[in-house]
Amino acid sequence: MTPTTLDATIADSHVVVVAGSGGVGKTTLSAALAVRAALDGRRVAVVTIDPAKRLADALGLAGDSAVGNDPVRIPLDDARGELWALMLDTRSTFDALVDRYSPNEDQARRIRSNLFYKNISGALSGTQEYMAAEKLYELNGDDRFDLVIVDTPPTRQALDFLSAPARLRRFIDHPLYRIVIAPSSIGLRTVSAVSQPVLRAIAKVVGAQALDDALAFFKAFQGLDAGFRQRAHDVDRVLRESSTAYVVVTSGQAEPVAEATYFIGELESANVVVSLIVANRLMPHFGDDDNSLPSSLLDNLRELDDERRAEESNLEALSAARPETPWIRVPLVPELVDERLDTLAALRLLGQALGDAD
Amino acid sequence: MDPKLFLSASRIFIVAGKGGVGKSTVAATLVTAARRVGLTSLLVETDGKPLLVDGNGDQGLSAQTISPADALAEYLDRSGLGRISRRLVTSGIVDVVASASPGIDHLLVLGKVKQLERAGAADVIVVDGPAAGHALTMLRTPRALADSVVVGPIKQQANDVLAMLNDETRCQVVLVTIPEPTPVNEAVETAFSLEEDIGVRLAPIVVNRMDAHSPIHVPGVLAADSAAARAARFRNDRIAGHARCIDDLARRLPLPQIRLPLDTGATLEERTQHLLRAIEDLECGAQ
Repeated sequence: MTPTTLDATIADSHVVVVAGSGGVGKTTLSAALAVRAALDGRRVAVVTIDPAKRLADALGLAGDSAVGNDPVRIPLDDARGELWALMLDTRSTFDALVDRYSPNEDQARRIRSNLFYKNISGALSGTQEYMAAEKLYELNGDDRFDLVIVDTPPTRQALDFLSAPARLRRFIDHPLYRIVIAPSSIGLRTVSAVSQPVLRAIAKVVGAQALDDALAFFKAFQGLDAGFRQRAHDVDRVLRESSTAYVVVTSGQAEPVAEATYFIGELESANVVVSLIVANRLMPHFGDDDNSLPSSLLDNLRELDDERRAEESNLEALSAARPETPWIRVPLVPELVDERLDTLAALRLLGQALGDAD
Repeated sequence: MDPKLFLSASRIFIVAGKGGVGKSTVAATLVTAARRVGLTSLLVETDGKPLLVDGNGDQGLSAQTISPADALAEYLDRSGLGRISRRLVTSGIVDVVASASPGIDHLLVLGKVKQLERAGAADVIVVDGPAAGHALTMLRTPRALADSVVVGPIKQQANDVLAMLNDETRCQVVLVTIPEPTPVNEAVETAFSLEEDIGVRLAPIVVNRMDAHSPIHVPGVLAADSAAARAARFRNDRIAGHARCIDDLARRLPLPQIRLPLDTGATLEERTQHLLRAIEDLECGAQ
């Protein structure tokens, strides 16, 4: 394969973060990037977060058990490198962190069985994003891989992913945490913490039981905070390293293009340079009219070309706003839409299309 | 079916669908269509991002944004946390409160929608719901909270919202999908989950970006790799693929389908006309 815009972007990268709104083929594109890089000799791990388990489908893996929270090697004919895939399990990634930083098993157990912990490890906004970043960090330090590709959670806020470590730190340094910890250090019990006006007010809203669970969690969390804080710092560093590339994916439809524009603005406001914009699933350009053709064929050519032009005009605003950012335009790979065809072969086709596009 | 009758069937339409199917555009189109048939209408955005309605220069939409964080802050205000509620929001305590009682923020967003409905904010309120699985999560919370919380204001709120979701004259869900396998699968799963878990009425499903062209005859004398032949094959494959998908959808999901054409460059006005025509084509009592 000859080097292309795409290859130049990821050649020096150890991590590629693939971002974009839902429905633009982000998950499939991440898999195709991984396939291409593996064929090209890289040892690649691709992480996906999508709860629909689409990557498993895209890689032709049957059932949920085939891909878990640990990378699984995917056989790939003629590959000079290796292809590994994993499906992020937010909860067990969080559990592993708790185990790692708990001074003893008993404390880890107390945290893991806490109701509030169960809620936040599944539902706290940003938890999924943080665990994706955490997984990225872990795999980046794994000698088996020299490239980690992460498909980010479907979100409209690009910053949710980037700011996840900071959010975790803020959570650990939480005022509620301090309220719980402070009285205990002067010998008072949780019960007295509840007598504080803020907590009384919160209890009134969410109920005393929910608050008790939260307080018990923060108490159990004592001693883990330093480890978590350091970890969040390390993860943050990897997200901002120059060897971490950000690829933003869009389609040619108006809605996704508007979302991608918003997304890129957000990333830039956080001082992240977008390495590459991929305009995916675009209408192919069939070529010029031949006026001697029957009108049905001519009309069809023109109508399809109108669709292509409409997409181009949607994309123009984005490209005008980002003259510095490299672009690739990838035509629709019909094989990927047709459920009757082998998806791994289709991923190779898309990988090829990604490389050919310039 | 008469579009005015169709759009008056419920006071709230919650538009749901996975990312990239054109959900926000369909929501904006519904709001405009309602106005076109003489009803007052309001568009409600629920995830706090700026309105991205469409880039083709349409305006005059009556719209409002409700973010979960704002709804929660407002609720804390009303619950007697007044003075300190801003501080709670900025310090992140709201995050913790929301986590202590997962779904409370979703519930409060729906509570705000209910308030708008009760206040008679418009004849038709169209809610552009959160994307993908988040819409399901949001719609599930009232039942979950109504079941798990024993007493108090949250219980009351959950019951009120649930009553709204279960009354088809007050609230219906418009699912949006596109004629491709993965979105269709997801739409079918979501539809069953919505009806069974939540008991909310489903309006006809919108199949967006449908190729409505008729197949093109490719003469045998035409070179197979010519632009015209490739374009014709592309079109024919797409038509066939879309047909397979909507048949599959019809077979698995007994809902009338509102099919909207591929309209990459269309204005809101053109889309509105398409929608009104598609509604007229629905058979009466098809539900």
